[in-house]
Amino acid sequence: MIRGYEISHLLAGVMLVTSFALLYQERIAAVINTFAAQSVTLALAVAWAAFSQDRSELFITALIALCLKGIVIPVALHRTVVRLGIHREVEKVVGVGIALMVGLALTGLAQALLLKVTQGTASHAREELALALAIILLGFLMMILRRNAVTQVVGFMSMENGLILAATGARGMPLVVEVSVAFSVLIALFVFAVFVFRIRERFDTIDIEALDRMRGDAR
Amino acid sequence: MHTYQIVVVVPYVAALVLAAIPGYRVGSIVNVLASGITFAAGLWLIGDERTVGPYAIVDEFNIVFIAINTLVGFTTSIFSASYIGHEIETGRLPTGFVRFYHAMFQAMMGSMNIALVANNIGLIWVGLELATLITVVMVGLYRTPQSIEAAWKYFILASVGISLAFFGTILIYLAGQPALGEGVPAMTWSLLQGAAAKMDPAILDLAFIFLLIGYGTKIGLAPLHAWLPDAHAEGPTPISAVLSGLLLNVALYALLRFKMLIAGQPAALNPGPVMIVMGLVSLIFAAFMLYQRRDIKRLFAYSSIEHMGLMVFAFGMGGPLANFAGLLHMAMHSLTKSGIFFAVGHIAQAKGTQRIAEITGLSDTHPRLAVAFALAVLAISGMPPFGVFASEFLILTTTFAREPWLALLPAFGLLVGFGALLMRLQGTILGVPTGPSHRVDASSVPIVLHLALVLAAGIFLPAILVAWFQRAAELLG
Repeated sequence: MIRGYEISHLLAGVMLVTSFALLYQERIAAVINTFAAQSVTLALAVAWAAFSQDRSELFITALIALCLKGIVIPVALHRTVVRLGIHREVEKVVGVGIALMVGLALTGLAQALLLKVTQGTASHAREELALALAIILLGFLMMILRRNAVTQVVGFMSMENGLILAATGARGMPLVVEVSVAFSVLIALFVFAVFVFRIRERFDTIDIEALDRMRGDAR
Repeated sequence: MHTYQIVVVVPYVAALVLAAIPGYRVGSIVNVLASGITFAAGLWLIGDERTVGPYAIVDEFNIVFIAINTLVGFTTSIFSASYIGHEIETGRLPTGFVRFYHAMFQAMMGSMNIALVANNIGLIWVGLELATLITVVMVGLYRTPQSIEAAWKYFILASVGISLAFFGTILIYLAGQPALGEGVPAMTWSLLQGAAAKMDPAILDLAFIFLLIGYGTKIGLAPLHAWLPDAHAEGPTPISAVLSGLLLNVALYALLRFKMLIAGQPAALNPGPVMIVMGLVSLIFAAFMLYQRRDIKRLFAYSSIEHMGLMVFAFGMGGPLANFAGLLHMAMHSLTKSGIFFAVGHIAQAKGTQRIAEITGLSDTHPRLAVAFALAVLAISGMPPFGVFASEFLILTTTFAREPWLALLPAFGLLVGFGALLMRLQGTILGVPTGPSHRVDASSVPIVLHLALVLAAGIFLPAILVAWFQRAAELLG
């Protein structure tokens, strides 16, 4: 007999695996697809939490994750990429090997830290929280390692996926906050989209490297 | 209906109204009016009864912040009216953006007020994040490559802050859950504070580290400050004034609320020493950075990092006297620094540049502006008889009384910063005028008002005000 929390751990684990996949994808289209897969897994994890904890309001959160981050945003990003003509390879700061090793170290750190600190907590939330922290840290890593506006957007949203997973893992956290997280992602995307287009308009590239030339001071 | 609801609702209603007003003149008048009403409500709140509800709280501690927030919001809206008028005349800002600008200004004020009155740790986060995202858009308003880079950098670093602070908030919820049960109670700040003694100290430790780094990014503590100088330099000057004078305070407010919470559990880590170290590092680092600045708004952005560092240091020391000094310094810094940005905005418009080397001899070309600017710079560098001197003196003496050796470090940092400001800005005020120079007919009311308040506080602090700040300082513990 499979217990409820084992399924939620499985789904959280799948999300972690997609986080690693995001680190080594070569093409922007693949990065976006992997992100979509992660968001759909998140929607499943949240829906399972809603079902197993008997909290129907969480279904709304799952629906937001599925529609917005699983479908709408990836489609929008695909279109942006095609329109800008940047569906080539993504320039990376370090090689795949090093990126994966650092990612592995961060995951280990997240597990060691959270499992040690939350020893007093009775619920199964702590394992899920540890996985969520690992996903957040991998999102950071992706934002640092990818020098491209679109992949940084994806890194940021993958981090937000980790946050929502953490929020559902903590039992009974009010919906108010989760809706606002979705809301903030929406605004964030709006902001990002505006910038992506403006950056294109001004520089004819969305490589962040080009931005580094524009320094107002000291150089 | 309680007054705090007016403080939150009026800005948002005004934002909706302003979004529909295309004209610049009517828009700026409505903007000033709405800010004025909010300020009146903020003042009224001081005398109003204190209240603690499931979502909102009004206590001695946050009315200090609300009063400063609404006051500076009001004066900035007056400054913004003449500043934006000039930007439209010179064609730097397209007319179509004015509607957007005014609506966003009010929405930002409303979001900051949400964060300040919220009794829910999630709501504090939401308010602060909304205000931050709005300022990101505002910083990119001019659409120059520099302003887009500044906004991008701000956004990336702010989103890192957002995520870490939110994770910290989840951990606090998790710590409060066993004592308070599931749902809204375990997110309510006042209940959490009451139950702090029953919480798991290890989770509180971890949560505080996340919150310190997350909200510390917003306060602009070194080494998380990289967004701050760019965002100040490239956005419209009214936004620089609000960023330095208000948004940094709101982030500090959030951190202090959590410090009060952690203090309820003796077995958890003591936030004091961590805050002292981060504050000192920011103070001394920023003071040295002042020497190399070539852009006048960047210079004062680093000065803000310096002063936020000093405040975090004072609150890290703790105790009624140091907290009192920290709160006083926060009020004085908000007033003086936003006043300086008002002056800098006019100066940049008069000379058509922000480069310090190209701004020379203001005393010849714009005598009134030069006097106001010189007085404001003297005030921020801690010269008597201005209020900043009083608060800095108080911070140093209380530190000296408790830890004589520790007092040397902030004193050293302040001296370094003082020298840098004098060295960099002498030429702008005295010097021989060069380059273009335009006439500036702007309202001098905001600058004069801010300077008068800071001067009055330095010479004589009324007993009512002292008692009020003391009650707030006691709540801080």
